[in-house]
Amino acid sequence: MIAFLARRLIGAVLVLIAVSFITYLIFVQIPGGDPAQRIAGRTATDANIADIRAKLHLNDPFYVQYWGMMQSLFNGSLKSYASQLDVVNEIKKGIPATLSLCIGAGIIWLGFGILVGIISAVTAGRMSDRLITVFALIGISMPVFWLGLIARYLFAQGHPFQFLPDGEYVPLTSNPWQWFVHLLMPWWVLAVLFIGFYGRVLRSNILDTINEDYVRTAKAKGLPANRVLVKHVLRNSLIPIVTLFGLDFAAVVGGSAILTETVFNLHGVGQYAAESTQNLDLPPIMGVTIYATFFIVFFSVVVDFLYAWLDPRIRPT
Amino acid sequence: MATESTTDFTLDTAAELAAGEHGVIEGKSPWLLAWRRLRRNYIALAFLLLFVVIVVICALAPVYADHVAHSGPNEGHLGETFTRDGKQVQIVSKGGFVNGVFVAGGIPVGPQLWHAGGRYVFGADNLGRDVAVRLLYGGINSLKIGIGSALICTLFAVLLALLAGYYGGWVDWVISRFFDLIWAFPVLLLAIALGTALSINGFHHFGINLAQGSLWIPTLVISYVLIPYVGRPLRGQILSLREKEFIEAATAQGASPLRVMFTELTPNIASSVLVFFTLIIANNILTEAGLSFLGAGVQAPNPSWGTLIADGQDRIVTAPWLAIIPGIAIVLTVLSLNVFGDGLRDALDPRAKVRIEH
Repeated sequence: MIAFLARRLIGAVLVLIAVSFITYLIFVQIPGGDPAQRIAGRTATDANIADIRAKLHLNDPFYVQYWGMMQSLFNGSLKSYASQLDVVNEIKKGIPATLSLCIGAGIIWLGFGILVGIISAVTAGRMSDRLITVFALIGISMPVFWLGLIARYLFAQGHPFQFLPDGEYVPLTSNPWQWFVHLLMPWWVLAVLFIGFYGRVLRSNILDTINEDYVRTAKAKGLPANRVLVKHVLRNSLIPIVTLFGLDFAAVVGGSAILTETVFNLHGVGQYAAESTQNLDLPPIMGVTIYATFFIVFFSVVVDFLYAWLDPRIRPT
Repeated sequence: MATESTTDFTLDTAAELAAGEHGVIEGKSPWLLAWRRLRRNYIALAFLLLFVVIVVICALAPVYADHVAHSGPNEGHLGETFTRDGKQVQIVSKGGFVNGVFVAGGIPVGPQLWHAGGRYVFGADNLGRDVAVRLLYGGINSLKIGIGSALICTLFAVLLALLAGYYGGWVDWVISRFFDLIWAFPVLLLAIALGTALSINGFHHFGINLAQGSLWIPTLVISYVLIPYVGRPLRGQILSLREKEFIEAATAQGASPLRVMFTELTPNIASSVLVFFTLIIANNILTEAGLSFLGAGVQAPNPSWGTLIADGQDRIVTAPWLAIIPGIAIVLTVLSLNVFGDGLRDALDPRAKVRIEH
């Protein structure tokens, strides 16, 4: 188990290094203009630009520049080209909003996804199952930002309701009730896609498990149907959901919430990334990508362990 | 319509079924069996029809633009008027009193349906462009990107999976690490970063020249970031197929690696590939919409469903149709592909676990 842990962790660190290097290459090899020129502004002289190039070490070979950037990222002194603000600081500022959004949405989509999956599996083939399937498919077919716009239009902009605030994020520490009310729409909008998806995955898992021999045995023993469902069927069917949830949650924290954050103007890490990319501001993109990859890699290690713990059949030897 | 032939694969299988009843026993290919299962799934077929209808309608965009709307997709009509039920209507209101009612300036005209003789069926945008025309041309772009990137992505994923699965060893190691790497990247972030970087000056390396604003940029970006989502499961399938006796038999007969890969392995993963292909078009249309919404996909003034929503979002209160209509187009297209893909999966392999993660 320790060897397994060590191998996974070394792999994770290697992936992080590779990802950061590739991100760097994308923006050095495919430049959308010289950053020095952008910082210097329109009226800059050649001497100004040369000066900035020297100050930012833009004349060094790219691997030296890369190394310098990684060093400053880890000691927190990395500055944005566009706004000259501290990248690590800006990411830290965005984390509460992003985590509030993702954790809340995660709870909603996991809870309702499981509920929907159980209901449609138990009533498989009947009207409720078909209706749920239809809604689930519509849910996974909607662009999340469009759903966000429509939700704002319907519930926050007075067509026909106006009982919810129209975007923006209020910190939990400054006003818990306003925090909750402001996040209500973003949570649901982000969760809808996953509820449909999880419901369908769980439904097919349950239907697969329900035909297993040990479930028949449990029924034959005379166990009540509910107990068989919870103790025997669900216990096994939920394992893939746990894996899925870990990976999806990491993906959402690590950037998949970009669209939701942008639509609701939540000022989270995702929105910071979207804004920096539009300015082709390399340091923040590096910072956010490393942050996002860290979440994804970290959660995939966690999921591996959780999986091994839940399902002894795949435990590493 | 009865046909004499019972051996050909025809859509009209009634004759063939009748032959079956009279005791003629034939071998049936897995594809034929799958088609029979699919044929009974009316919902899936109805949604396939919906998708085909959407594609055909979008393909007719130039005809519609020339003969019905009399306006190109990027043609602005600021300050112009059109006739509605005999009255002159400003396409984008200049503000002031119109027929005794105060109208704020800059508000484009709303959906006219057929009251304006085919013009402005879905209204205008803030530059006076015909939304219905832009919707159809945007549909062409969204579908081109969705289908094109699905083709490229599936092609590369299949090739990489074949190489990794067939050769194993270090080839497999390299390809798997490549998959791992893209997998670990935040997909949307990577796509946005690439899309933005490429959309500024285009791409001019390795003899490939893509102009700025080319549709190839979002197409290639989307196909690249989604390769592992298709490649990984296919590699797994090939690894297990590789150990089957028929591969051993082919190799023993002196079949070259290429022959084994393309005539023995490929047909066996074809059904998964087909399902993946259908579902990934749906996924890619959504991804394109997201990228374009953030400004990293299709570049102005070219329309796509995503850019149309992005253009409409600031005017959702005064001109809600601008954002709502393209969204409905996306939902219908993606839904039709998802439902059909689902039916296809059930038909090809009722127990298959092919799945696209969004």
